[in-house]
Amino acid sequence: MGEIIVEEKGKKGGKRKAKKHSTRIDMTPMVDLMCLLITFFMLTTAFSKPKVMVITMPEKTDNPDDKNRPEIPKNRTLNILLTEGHKVYYYIGIADPKKPAEMPQLVKTDFSKDGIRKLLLIKNKDLFTKIAEYRDKRITGKTVVADTTADSAIKQMKKDDKHGPIVLIKADENAKYKDMVDIIDEMAICNIGSYAVVDPTPTELEMLKNAPK
Amino acid sequence: MTPMVDLFSLLLTFFMLTTSFRPQEAAPIETPSSVSEKQAPDNDIMTIYIAKDGKVFFNIDNGKDTSTHFREKLLQKMGEQYKLTYTPKELDKFSKMAGFGMPIKNVKDWINAADPKDRDKLQVGIPMDSIDNQLAWWVRMARLTNLSAEVAIKGDAETDYTAVKKIMDLLQENKVNKFNLVTNLQKDEVSLKDMPK
Repeated sequence: MGEIIVEEKGKKGGKRKAKKHSTRIDMTPMVDLMCLLITFFMLTTAFSKPKVMVITMPEKTDNPDDKNRPEIPKNRTLNILLTEGHKVYYYIGIADPKKPAEMPQLVKTDFSKDGIRKLLLIKNKDLFTKIAEYRDKRITGKTVVADTTADSAIKQMKKDDKHGPIVLIKADENAKYKDMVDIIDEMAICNIGSYAVVDPTPTELEMLKNAPK
Repeated sequence: MTPMVDLFSLLLTFFMLTTSFRPQEAAPIETPSSVSEKQAPDNDIMTIYIAKDGKVFFNIDNGKDTSTHFREKLLQKMGEQYKLTYTPKELDKFSKMAGFGMPIKNVKDWINAADPKDRDKLQVGIPMDSIDNQLAWWVRMARLTNLSAEVAIKGDAETDYTAVKKIMDLLQENKVNKFNLVTNLQKDEVSLKDMPK
């Protein structure tokens, strides 16, 4: 690659001139190296640090008839069932196999804006408005509080909420991990106060089999 | 030529100063996206990777303090559990390596493999069958080694939920009830205006 500069030595009869050195240096190798290094750094750099979504699961109890188990009001219970093909079904209330007359019907929906989110927003209107107003006040500067204070205030609002839905998320074996993350994400977007990831009951699996396609 | 060189130097300096190397991973994992903006902690975290095909890998960091050597201690504890011994050199090498996923008896080969290709071949996933649940032991020992370690689950978006569920159940059996699910950030906001009437 390098050029070989052959020095001309004492030409016949010529006068020996002082050799003129060029002031330019050959930068090509340096540029090559720089290109290489830039490429290396560009490919190995991790710009955005990974984000995490924290989820706390209910503790497993061995005793299903535990007296301390929280009692869930029937009309506030919203069951979301996830199954294959990113499909979402929901029903309100409790599916009790002993009371076939009161058996709730599964409703099909999806992950779009007008799907499950609309339902959650309508159900959670009071709490959502409250939290959204609080956030707006912070953005516009009407209330000035630290981030941690705001977080705990929002947490308290969620805790005090007595009307919003209690969402039970149940995924069957055909659901994908993405569905689960999406639905938990939807809970965060809609400011749902209380939700839990639980196993579907046999009754619910049976309902899914007969669900509208 | 000179302006180009100038620009290159600038870029090079920028990349050199801002770089934080992407950790090497045993399998390519495409995480699902969420709105969460919480950053994954740098230290005191054990990560369980779940690849698309359900293979499971494990990783833990050395801790914030360089004197803690959590990885070395963890491997030593696992060695005691499975009656395997490691030389100090192997332990030291292990502490500098990244995530892994192989039966415990192959960990030694993985550490000593000279060729990166051989090393990748050994990454077959950590066995989780009920007779010898090695992942459970890794988690248990990691919890005993680093008491403040949190658990992160990095699953591929297309993994079956059952595979993830199995891991979560395993973690809950080991008294871990709080997980960090690793996701990509994708903004999606709803304001009061979007409220359906």
